[in-house]
Parts: sequence; structure tokens; C-alpha cells
Amino acid sequence: MTAEEKDVVIIGGGPAGLGAAVELYRKGIRNILIIEREKNLGGILRQCIHDGFGLNRFHQTLSGPEYAQRFIDQVEELHIPYLTNATVIHISADKTVMVASEKGILQYHARAIILAMGCRERTRGAISIPGTRPSGIYTAGVAQSYINLYNKMVGRKVVVLGSGDIGMIMARRLTLEGAEVKAVFEIQPYPSGLPRNIQQCLKDYDIPLFLNHTVTRIQGDSRLKAVTVAQVDDEMNPIPGTEKEYFCDTLILSVGLIPENELSLSAGVDLDSRTKGAVADENCQTNVEGVFAAGNVLHVHDLVDFVSAESERMADAVAQYIHNDSLEDCGLNIKTDRNIAYTVPQKISGKKDFVLSLRVKRPLKDCRINVTQNEKVKKTIKMRKALPANMIQLPIKKETLDSQTDLEVRVTC
Amino acid sequence: MLKGYTCIVCPNGCEIKADIEEGRVISIDGALCPKGKQYVWQELTDPRRNIASSVLVENGVLPLVSVRLDKAIPKNKIFDVMEEIKKARLGAPIKSGQVVIQDVLHLGSNVIATKNVDAV
Repeated sequence: MTAEEKDVVIIGGGPAGLGAAVELYRKGIRNILIIEREKNLGGILRQCIHDGFGLNRFHQTLSGPEYAQRFIDQVEELHIPYLTNATVIHISADKTVMVASEKGILQYHARAIILAMGCRERTRGAISIPGTRPSGIYTAGVAQSYINLYNKMVGRKVVVLGSGDIGMIMARRLTLEGAEVKAVFEIQPYPSGLPRNIQQCLKDYDIPLFLNHTVTRIQGDSRLKAVTVAQVDDEMNPIPGTEKEYFCDTLILSVGLIPENELSLSAGVDLDSRTKGAVADENCQTNVEGVFAAGNVLHVHDLVDFVSAESERMADAVAQYIHNDSLEDCGLNIKTDRNIAYTVPQKISGKKDFVLSLRVKRPLKDCRINVTQNEKVKKTIKMRKALPANMIQLPIKKETLDSQTDLEVRVTC
Repeated sequence: MLKGYTCIVCPNGCEIKADIEEGRVISIDGALCPKGKQYVWQELTDPRRNIASSVLVENGVLPLVSVRLDKAIPKNKIFDVMEEIKKARLGAPIKSGQVVIQDVLHLGSNVIATKNVDAV
């Protein structure tokens, strides 16, 4: 089979893929293709009908579909080519992309590949809840697609496990649709979603949130009948004697998101065990030359506005790569202390401005995050509160850096 | 009296402590921007929220169109407005931004479509 030549193939037509495509086009890179497995462009935003998107980027609060449409409109206006109903089934290190589409198997050869596949949800299997296997157990995003895209109500008496943002948003959505949401249980001692969602999705509707609690048993034959919930100790082990039964027909799981990187692995991309996304440099380039990644496939974001910005910065680097056939070598590592969960990028050259994205590992109060090189503070930010739920972004100027020594990110409290 | 608020204006979600005497905000602490004080005052006098839901579509390539309000409504009217949204039907094609219910329950807010839906 002959492969069609492209400058850039973009895998995924969600916010990261769309943002990258439009920016590439603006930079004069026109021989590009977006490949999307769903029927429409827009990615997960299509089912995120709640508002709150776009405050950073558009200075107004939009629903997910509206936010996506602004980018889709640009793709259409610029006549950027895209395929829908087309699933990439393999990519290789030589940047050959194999696609299963309505027209059969298609093959492309690209000078650069952009990974923009987003993330997927952790399931019941991933957290191993004991018990029977009845129907009525959904991940939050699956329940969201049933209700918001297919007009199927998932249940009437609901328990939510996990305090991720989608779980809280679904607690509100289900309440608005007439379901009784009994409680949200979170195994960690702090919520994993944003504080505003605790207020506007739970407190507003008198839905209780129990920290240090988890579901320890699932009961029911064909349909879920009840879940057993227990308090957990400091090691997250259930405390005997604290079990309580909640009768419900529906359990919503909001227990984490994992970047979807099976394709990346097939091309030989190295993943970071902390982010579950590619190890990336300041250009969002992976260890495989010419393979780039941005958005939730690189690290899970809390705000789509940040995804768009990241994909555009990446696209600028990809455009430069296409023009020059290479990018500056990034030999410096970014090291972190025990209070930092991860950073993106993980590698830099020390010769280019970049945005350092990071998360703290646990809630911190009145702390200072220092970016140092050679024991000298290159950037510092004081935080009244820093939560794992809020991604922190620090723009770093090349003038402050040297190109010889690793960078370190440290927290002082 | 000290009261705690979580500001919902932006994703920062500032935890605000407000000193409130006789329904007036005396002082606030914890907000990163001036919108925090405005939010506390609004919560105290007239709490408002935006809501999003879906409306049934006739003749469309999708069964539903997503909708939201173009202005926040009083918090205690949320379920009344949901009832109105549930009653609505819309024929395709639908353009994002199209008004679905004008001035819903005379609250000064329109229910608007947030998605394009083509006709079959």
C-alpha cells in the first residue's frame, strides 16, 4: 500500500488537535490532516454541556460545545482537511500512520505526528471494588454521554465514588434530571476536583461529600441494589466497623483519568510514570523525533483553556521543526521535590522561553514554589493555597536560564 | 459574624472569609481579585446560578440539543426553569446561540442552544 505524504498528521479532533491544526495553518503549514475516530470533531467537549469553559481564553463562560465550535468554525473556514469516523490503529517510529476508515485502511507518511488523543477514565476494574457485577455502574463520562448525547437516563438513586470534576458535575446533572444523589465519597483526605465544583455542584444541591471514604462492596444481581461504604485510615485501608450500606441503583465512578497512549507506545514513545503521558521537552516533542504531544494525552488538564494554549505552543514548535527539519536539543532535566506531583515539560534546552506546568502532590497552604538552577532561584511564586486539582503554570524566560545545568522545582512552606 | 464562601466566578475557587454584620459585608479576606467581594455580596443578597441541560430535537441528526441560560437566574428558581426546559421541543436545523425559550419565567434570562444540529 502506498502511503500519502503529509507534513503533519494530527491524531484526535478534540481541543488539542483542533488548536494545533489552526495554529499550524496560520504558521503556513498547510499539508496537514486531522484524524478523528468519532462522527464529529470536538472531542469530549461535545458532551460537556455545562458552562465554565473559555474564561481565560475568551473572557466569557461558555459550554463545552460552544467552546469546541469556535475552533471547528476556524477549521472549516480555513478548509483544514479532516477525517471523521476514522480510527488510527498504528503509528510507527518512521511516522507512518495506519487508519481504519469508512473507505477501508488508509496509510499516511508524515514528517511530524501530533498526538492529541486525550485521556480515558479509570474504571471499576482499575480500582478493584469487590462484589457482584450488576448493571448500573458507570464511569462519570459514560453517564454524561448517555444523558447529554443519547437522551438515556442512567438511574434514579445514585452514589458517586470519587470527587473528580466530572463526577461532581454529573452529581448536579443527575439531580437536575430528577435523580436522588445520595452522596459523593472520596478515598483521599482532600477532594480531587476544583473547589468551585464542590460549591456549585454539591453544596448548592445539598449533596454531602465524605472524604476518607470508599466503596468496599457492590451488591445486586442484574441491577445494582446497594453499595457498602467504609471510612479509610491513613493508608487508605477500610476501617472495620465503619461500614454503612447505601441503597442505590446507580454508582458513578469519578476516580481518575489516564492519558490514552497505546498508539504512542507503538511508535516507541517513552511515558512518564507520574503523568502517564509522554516525557516531553519544551517543544512538546517526545523522545521520538518528530512525534509531538499536547493536551490530555500529555498530562490531564483541569481547564480546556490551558489545553488550547499548550497545543498552540506545540504547533509553533512543530512548524519550526517542519521548516528547519530539527529542533534544539533538550538535554536538561527538570527535577522535583516530594511536594511536586509532576512537571511538563520534563526536559528543556535552557535556550528557549517555555511554560512550566506542574501540580502539587497534596494541598499546601502559604507556600512558595521555587524554580532553581545552580541553587539560584530563577522563578518564584507565592501561593496562599495550592491544590492538586489546580494545575499551576509558570512562564519561564530564557534570559534567566543557563544551558548547562538541570532545573529544580522545590516547595518551601 | 464570620462566614466562609467558595467563590465560583473562576476556576481559582478562592476560599473567602467574610465578616458580615446585619446583612452587610464589613470585610473580606482570601479573594485574589475584586470579583470575590462582589460574589460574596451577591450570595448574601441574591444568589444566582447558570444551568445547562438539553432539549429534545425533532427531525435532527442528534436526539438532543444542549442548552444553557444567557444570564444567571435566582438559585431558588433552578428547578422551575428545569421544568420549562423539559417541556420545550425544537425542530432541526438548530444554530448554536439560537433562543429556545425567550425570557424564561420572566426572569430576564433566555434559554439558548449551545450546539448546531442539522436536519436529517
